[in-house]
Amino acid sequence: MLNRKVSFVTEFTPFLWLAGGGLIGLAAVLLMAFHGRIAGMTGILSAVLPPASPGWTWRAAFLVGAVAAPALIVALSGDSIGFASSTPAPWLVVGGLIVGIGVYFGSGCTSGHGVCGMARFSPRSIVATGVFMASTAATVFVIRHVLGGL
Amino acid sequence: MKRVLAAGLVGLLFGAGISISGMANPAKVLNFFDFAGTWDPSLAFVMGAALLVTVIGYRLVLKRPAPVFDEGFHLPAARQIDIPLVTGAAVFGIGWGITGFCPGGAVPALGLAEPDAFLFVASMIGGLAIARTIRSVPAARASAQSA
Repeated sequence: MLNRKVSFVTEFTPFLWLAGGGLIGLAAVLLMAFHGRIAGMTGILSAVLPPASPGWTWRAAFLVGAVAAPALIVALSGDSIGFASSTPAPWLVVGGLIVGIGVYFGSGCTSGHGVCGMARFSPRSIVATGVFMASTAATVFVIRHVLGGL
Repeated sequence: MKRVLAAGLVGLLFGAGISISGMANPAKVLNFFDFAGTWDPSLAFVMGAALLVTVIGYRLVLKRPAPVFDEGFHLPAARQIDIPLVTGAAVFGIGWGITGFCPGGAVPALGLAEPDAFLFVASMIGGLAIARTIRSVPAARASAQSA
């Protein structure tokens, strides 16, 4: 557990990030064009949880596609997709619960507020995005530089 | 049926974007927020590219009378910046900072079959369920009183 505080240095990969970001944007635009809906993971996830809301089938299909994509990329390209997590299991549970409660009351997350809402210049989304980005940065600072890791 | 298939394809694009960009990688996301340490500015490029495409795309799409598979666009109607919005966002950030997972990053990470992603998503769903119960209590009370 002691070595958990070592943080992974990750590569700076601007072109992949641009292409990936463009695809996320394209998905947001197409979901609006086809279904007239915001591509927010919070809204989509909570609508498929029982008791599910009427449009749960297309939302479930969206989730299946989102999960299948990285598996397909790995299978077709033969490359691996970078993944590293150093958070101890109990903190993953605590963090998961906190995220679920936060995004529900905050009416959205990075996809719903940060991309879709900001793109509509929604004042609520601009405020929410500013608040959660600042809160995340403050949390990372405290964990890494005050507590010295979890 | 077409409506469901189209959503599946859009989900694929979303998941591909998240995976390629590194948003499904908690270590990479946490480094973006670590300004005082191993800062990796890539997330700014992802958000920037996603926003650019969405701003332009929404302009074109929302000019149309209706989406392909529905009678109208469903845009959030709430305008008020209230306490649940701000506290919810602040709370979300604490969880994102602890784990490096946000909902849109964690769901595609399930496709990488990483145990950490499963543990996080299961807990997040638990959090959503708890939040929904908390919110429905005052509503149920109000409707019981008015009945």
